[in-house]
Amino acid sequence: MGQVTPLLEIRNLHAGIGESPILKGIDLVINPGEIHAIMGRNGSGKTTTANIIMGHPDYEVEQGDVLLSGEDLLELEPWERARSGVFLSFQYPQAIPGLQVGNFLRKSVSSIKGDEAAKGAEFRSTLKDAMKALDIPRSFLSRYVNDGFSGGEKKRFEILQLLLLKPKLAVLDETDSGLDIDGIRTVAAGVNSAVRGTSTGALIITHYSRILEHVRPDRIHVLMGGRIVASGGPELAIKLEEKGYEWLEVKSKAEGCA
Amino acid sequence: MCVTVNREAREAVGDYKAGWHDPENSTIRFDFGLSEEVVREISALKGEPGWMTETRVKAYRHFVERPMPTWGNTHVLEDIDFDGICYYLRSSDATEKEWEDVPEDIRNTFDRLGIPEAEQKWLSGVTAQYESEAVYHSIREDLEKQGVIFLDMDSGLREHPDIVRKWFCSVVPLTDNKFAALNTAVWSGGSFIYIPKGVHVEMPVQAYFRINAKNMGQFERTLIIADEGSSVHYVEGCTAPTYSTDSLHSAVVELIALPGAHIRYSTVQNWSTNVYNLVTKRGIAHEKAKIEWVDGNIGSKLTMKYPAVILKGEGSHAEVISVAYSGEGQHQDAGAKIHHLASNTTSKILSKSISKNGGRGSYRGLVKVSPKAKNCKLNVVCDALILDEQSRSDTYPTMEVANPTARCEHEASVSKVSDNQLFYLMSRGHSEEEALAMIVNGFFEPFTRELPMEYAVELNQLMALEMEGSIG
Repeated sequence: MGQVTPLLEIRNLHAGIGESPILKGIDLVINPGEIHAIMGRNGSGKTTTANIIMGHPDYEVEQGDVLLSGEDLLELEPWERARSGVFLSFQYPQAIPGLQVGNFLRKSVSSIKGDEAAKGAEFRSTLKDAMKALDIPRSFLSRYVNDGFSGGEKKRFEILQLLLLKPKLAVLDETDSGLDIDGIRTVAAGVNSAVRGTSTGALIITHYSRILEHVRPDRIHVLMGGRIVASGGPELAIKLEEKGYEWLEVKSKAEGCA
Repeated sequence: MCVTVNREAREAVGDYKAGWHDPENSTIRFDFGLSEEVVREISALKGEPGWMTETRVKAYRHFVERPMPTWGNTHVLEDIDFDGICYYLRSSDATEKEWEDVPEDIRNTFDRLGIPEAEQKWLSGVTAQYESEAVYHSIREDLEKQGVIFLDMDSGLREHPDIVRKWFCSVVPLTDNKFAALNTAVWSGGSFIYIPKGVHVEMPVQAYFRINAKNMGQFERTLIIADEGSSVHYVEGCTAPTYSTDSLHSAVVELIALPGAHIRYSTVQNWSTNVYNLVTKRGIAHEKAKIEWVDGNIGSKLTMKYPAVILKGEGSHAEVISVAYSGEGQHQDAGAKIHHLASNTTSKILSKSISKNGGRGSYRGLVKVSPKAKNCKLNVVCDALILDEQSRSDTYPTMEVANPTARCEHEASVSKVSDNQLFYLMSRGHSEEEALAMIVNGFFEPFTRELPMEYAVELNQLMALEMEGSIG
């Protein structure tokens, strides 16, 4: 038996916006069914990593590769990445006034799943179950996408899309920010049901370790100044919670000097 | 025989689906240009009563004397060659009640536009006008039995001269503006509708206007009278072939909503971009009556149209919901006019415009509250969406409020499609063009949801088509 092809493989990724570099050599491997977390302070390059995986046109890749199941993602347009199985839960989901949630979900599922998309009664029943699991009322369907949504509603709506689109790789950018404890629990349950027991992999990007208590990642990586400065198991999050990021800052500087 | 589609025309048409034309088989065609003689000939040809001939002649004289408007797109208006237009063209000798009796090439045109199919599915009545005259007309029997009159305007004048004489020019006087005078002088076709007291016409009635010939002038005249406590929804669609020379469409629409009546008038004009669309639309709302204009402007070279409501009776209500799309070489100068003459009257204006590829959209609105009208409420919202740097949007809102008890609200916004909105939709599997169409259709949604479903679907498809090839 040969080695398993990683679900996501990032190799020596250097990227930024325009002339200013943000990521300075990232390496990351996520295998099918694994949940990884990237932690780090503001400005460390977390959102940049998410946006580059999804293909945001503002970011430029100077060097390195991003592969999904061995396939070069960087060559693909954002919608092609989505159709290949990449999903991004946005830190700041965009409002689209006039576009009804129900309509948008139906169109997105059919665009991503193509002929395999659930239709009619089947789609409605999947939708109903997912909404129930996330505690989203039916009236939500006739509202406009993210228009006038509270912070919590936006995040639940992102997870609803995750449950319906069933991607191969889910990238969750600060999905826990702005949520109360109940919100975090609901969202974490959604993520677990989308990933656990499936071949879907997830990359959770977060400031805090709180959501990780509910999702239990397999690996945690700490991003600092555009580099991964530490990787480890769940115990790393606990250590960070106790010691703060300074501990790693000192450590990485010391290593940098050595 | 099938409709001959001129290949050159087809190529020039591009994405404009209604841009083909039929060979011209006119039975009567006037020479280009206008004179008092032409006006009298049109009237004589139609066998009209003397008062109508005289009204036409008076209107013609006013048209000649009246200068061109000095506002709006004067530059483009000055290009109109009134001597290069054919003012009357008849392609069929009769208005038929069965589609089978309509001349085949004309019938095929309306088939391609989907009119007979729509009629079967969801309409109470249809009138189809081709060039100057209605070629097909029908109304559901049950409505006819209830006394509903739905005729083309010429038949209306023949069969109900007293009603027509009472109301014709009562809302839009022949001296109102240069183009209303022109219409009054040379009008032909249009709809005449009378809804008796208390009758509610549940399904919409529709008129479809098609210009086929080159350098054609279409001057339909519509008069709708909704008697006390009645209601009706009138839907109007318009298309024309794409030619390199211009045609002129100058209609006048008069609505009378008697006490407690409700008239809704919906238009989606999708003229080809060589048509001047200069239209006067106005209604009078009596006590507790309601008039709504739902007005979509997608096509034409220049549109100048400001659907108006005179709130004459206490407690009456007016609504003007409009959208305008201006693409390359197009200027949509649209808006609304509301006059609050009576107390406790309310009005709402919602105007949405999109400009793209150098197109120009203007909102021009006037809301007036007279000194005697107490406790009026008015609300004006205009939103513009500009898709690129070459395009333009202007807002000219005017409010003249002469009674201090009025409550006025006005909001205006100009926005652009953001890269983040596009990226969000693209991340859900939608191509950039699809994403743009979703944003644009969302922007128009407050308008689209007011349309009958069939029209809403068509409008969304039309806008998606307009967004194609706009990226890159």
